[in-house]
Amino acid sequence: MPRVVEATRAREGGPLKLALPRGALWPETLDALDRIGVDTTELRSDSRALVFESGGLSLVTMRPSDVPTYVEAGAADLGITGKDVLLEQPDRIVYEVLDLRYGGCRMVLAGREGDTALDEDERRLGGMRIATKYPRVAERHFEETGRRAEVIEVKGSVELAPLSGLADGIVDLVATGRTLAENGLEVREEIATSTARLIANRVSHKLRAAEVDELVERLRPEGIR
Amino acid sequence: MIHPTPPGTRDILPEEMRELRALEASLRGAFDEHGYGEVSTPTIEYAEALRRGDERYANAAYRFFDERGELLAMRSDMTIPIARLVSTRMPDVEPPIRLSYIANAFRAVNPQRGQMREFTQAGVELLGAPAPDGTAEVIEVLSAALDAAGLTRAVVGLGDADLYRQLLGELGVPDEAGERILDRLATHDLVGLELAVDDVEGLAAEARATLLALPAMRGGPEVLDHATELGGQAVKRATGRMRATYESLAARGVADRVQLDLGLLRDLGYYTGAILEVYDPALGHILGGGGRYDGLLGRFGRELPAVGFALYVERLHVAQAEEERAGAEVR
Repeated sequence: MPRVVEATRAREGGPLKLALPRGALWPETLDALDRIGVDTTELRSDSRALVFESGGLSLVTMRPSDVPTYVEAGAADLGITGKDVLLEQPDRIVYEVLDLRYGGCRMVLAGREGDTALDEDERRLGGMRIATKYPRVAERHFEETGRRAEVIEVKGSVELAPLSGLADGIVDLVATGRTLAENGLEVREEIATSTARLIANRVSHKLRAAEVDELVERLRPEGIR
Repeated sequence: MIHPTPPGTRDILPEEMRELRALEASLRGAFDEHGYGEVSTPTIEYAEALRRGDERYANAAYRFFDERGELLAMRSDMTIPIARLVSTRMPDVEPPIRLSYIANAFRAVNPQRGQMREFTQAGVELLGAPAPDGTAEVIEVLSAALDAAGLTRAVVGLGDADLYRQLLGELGVPDEAGERILDRLATHDLVGLELAVDDVEGLAAEARATLLALPAMRGGPEVLDHATELGGQAVKRATGRMRATYESLAARGVADRVQLDLGLLRDLGYYTGAILEVYDPALGHILGGGGRYDGLLGRFGRELPAVGFALYVERLHVAQAEEERAGAEVR
């Protein structure tokens, strides 16, 4: 059985520390660990623990958007998070070492079904009103396509914004499109695609090169390179 | 009453200041011992002088007008001010010229992540000493400075700034696609690198394999052999340069401290040939960096090959504290 342990900040020697994303990527991340022979029984239990030791790795669990923070600072040597998170935090200095190919979804601009408000905004008001949890991705997209938008950051269900009149459109992550459809929204533009990525701390990538490379090779999806 | 200082700046109180001064004294001692005389330059320069060294100073964070309407800028490192100083104030001094500094510099970083907008750099510049011996001498001084700071476990990464540019030219990769590949390398995006390489039309399978394999090659002298096996003149020339530097380092007894790294690409525009990064196992951030900039002094009218490094003093201080803590845990 994997042992529940306390985290330390010591980097050298000891097991590599891997930051794992709780949330949408969690089940497939555990499956990926199973495939490389890491026992995930304890992780799958209802345990409230945040730090686990298993399969020669120290596993720390957190929100996906915190993973780059821990890895950049070296509090974790490696981490798994979505490309959407990395796109929203472009100034984090981490190595993006591997596309894990699961957790596929699209970053899209969506508006109300059959509604012309977005076009009208552009024509008459000089810019769209967009609600999003990804303000930097949204702003960059409009800048790169030569348009202007009033980007409103929200933290919770972004679909509420066009329904309640806070905004006329949203920029959000879409996997199956069901949430959009259930709220009477439709995709207007695709901005980017996203999958789970393995990232590495800049110093760990150099000073623990052999161990990092070995883990990368083990996690590499079959049939790639 | 609370009166804040601007974002990314801070006050230093006596206890920390005593430790910083002690650290600076040990670094200065190492620079002195190797014959590097300390210089000081103005905190503010003419923006035009800095831009002559690096085009990107055109967007320097801290720029303002003086009372005559002249555009001034705050330096973001000491390398360009020293290039200006050497051509202006030391035009007749016989090279090699050995200079050192401990000085504050300014950058508009995001201050929420422990990075400061005003920070202290300690470093040296060796002017008029070409590769490989000039490079090896500077790495020897760097090694001595790290030891003097008590960071005996710190490692110096040695790469080559020209490798990819020359390789992309040799492979006939069009400029635009090449710039995209260099950008992915500089931002450490190895997934994006693969996509960018796959976007290049008509690239041979071996060329693709070489472009994807090189960034992961880091370690002892054996990586130069592995890289050379990939073939091509650009790789051969770069590994040849690195091998010559490594041999000079071995003769000086500091080769063990160095990790050869074909994936290093620093984003400062003026580097040519060797580039350096400094790591300590106790800290997740790099402690400093440097490299050769053989073309920089020519822009100020005195053609001299040059090489140098800069260490971030505040980060060295954090690494010292982390090393002490790690040492205490072992005992």
